[in-house]
Amino acid sequence: MSSVPSDLRYAKSHEWLKPAGDGTATVGITDYAQNSLGDITYVQLPKVGATLTAGQVYGVVESVKAASDLYSPVAGTVVEVNSALDSAPETVNGSPYEGGWMIKLKLADPAAVSALLDSVAYGKLIG
Amino acid sequence: MSELKRTPLRDFHAVNGARLVDFAGWEMPVQYRSILEEHKAVRRTAGLFDVSHMGEVDVKGPDALRYLNHLVTNDVARLFPGRVLYSPMCYPNGGVVDDLLVYMRAPEDYFLCINAGNIDKDVAWLHEQAKGFNVAVTDRSEDYALIAVQGPAAAAIVQSLTGAKLDRIGYYHFAEGTVAGVHCIISRTGYTGEDGFELYHAAGDAVTLTEAVVKAGAAHGLELTGLGARDSLRLEAGYPLYGHEITADISPLTAGLGWTVKLDKGIDFIGRDALAAEKKNGAPSKVVYFKTGDRRIVRADAPVLGADGTPAGKVLSGTLSPIFNEAIGSALVASASATGPLSVDIRGTPIHLQLVKPPFVPLKKASS
Repeated sequence: MSSVPSDLRYAKSHEWLKPAGDGTATVGITDYAQNSLGDITYVQLPKVGATLTAGQVYGVVESVKAASDLYSPVAGTVVEVNSALDSAPETVNGSPYEGGWMIKLKLADPAAVSALLDSVAYGKLIG
Repeated sequence: MSELKRTPLRDFHAVNGARLVDFAGWEMPVQYRSILEEHKAVRRTAGLFDVSHMGEVDVKGPDALRYLNHLVTNDVARLFPGRVLYSPMCYPNGGVVDDLLVYMRAPEDYFLCINAGNIDKDVAWLHEQAKGFNVAVTDRSEDYALIAVQGPAAAAIVQSLTGAKLDRIGYYHFAEGTVAGVHCIISRTGYTGEDGFELYHAAGDAVTLTEAVVKAGAAHGLELTGLGARDSLRLEAGYPLYGHEITADISPLTAGLGWTVKLDKGIDFIGRDALAAEKKNGAPSKVVYFKTGDRRIVRADAPVLGADGTPAGKVLSGTLSPIFNEAIGSALVASASATGPLSVDIRGTPIHLQLVKPPFVPLKKASS
């Protein structure tokens, strides 16, 4: 069974988002997503300062199986990227919600977070 | 959608957490825990693969040797009882029908191991070519299961389950014996580049044998290993995979398997004229192996570019080497471009292909 923490919000594209309460939020991919991808071998992330619209491709995650796009759940500006994933992309497999985070965004509209799925709705989505 | 075929170990895999996928029409374990970790386990300790989907064919009769030597490019006359031979089997134009192992049990009694995805095609081809030869060709694929125990600890693990003296079975040799009470063809062969054994046995004994190997292997660090690791291991070892490095359109010479093509074995085998011409005139293209120094995987079918970005060929196989932590692979490129420079575009970044003479890892072979 995939882990779906109750304190996060989710996008149908299998990203999670965790608001920090100060207008920023951390974004990563869900346990379900990392498990579906299998061994993650490479993570390509945007530059700090990049502006993203909701649903925009912000990077790529590669597994042994395939390369998949990463989608921003909401609009915002990238304020930090997890550069530790350059040399240890497998962290996304082992710790998708903690060490395997991908980007931190300054939210264009903090209210947009409430439009994302909660853990119950996401849990239903992945069945 | 047609039903996937299952090996006798399908439920064993499911219980042990395998991710089961469609592989050439078979429901097979691609991984249990992690492809990368399973790969490393085979290089460091040992892995157990279910390869029961592979096909087995008996070839018996007074003309068995002459028939087989007419069919395959390597020289079957070099075999003696207990010896195994790797060979491509070609079409008249030099393209490859399949690559296979030939086992000689006794004069007039041979046994072939063929690729799962090619069983129907191969068996039809084998029957078609048998006209005029006094041989009996029998598809035994349903009768046999096959597990591979591969890695530095493989010999110790299998030895703990058999009275057969494994140190007397050299690389590419085999013996018949009992392993964990199950009658096996104990073959010192594999597809990983490590020492190891492939154990052919009756399909009904597969669970018994596999559970015994798992139990005996626990103290040696044996892991269950899936087809994902099998593919990355074979690529590091520089072994071709049918459908990738060798196909109906890629001859053994083009693939760099010249050592398996015995033009002078004294028999007019299928494809000989075409292969002799290719050897004399050179082939228009060539299979090369590469590494990149980058973790981004260069995937099969990606276009390969030559100097000035001109098209030079395409990628045949590609993966991340878990041992070197960089992308490795093979490509079919125009002979004129085969010395490089070559590159592949990955999402707008040109990745330079550094040509490597395979294998990428030193091959470990038991002395024979």
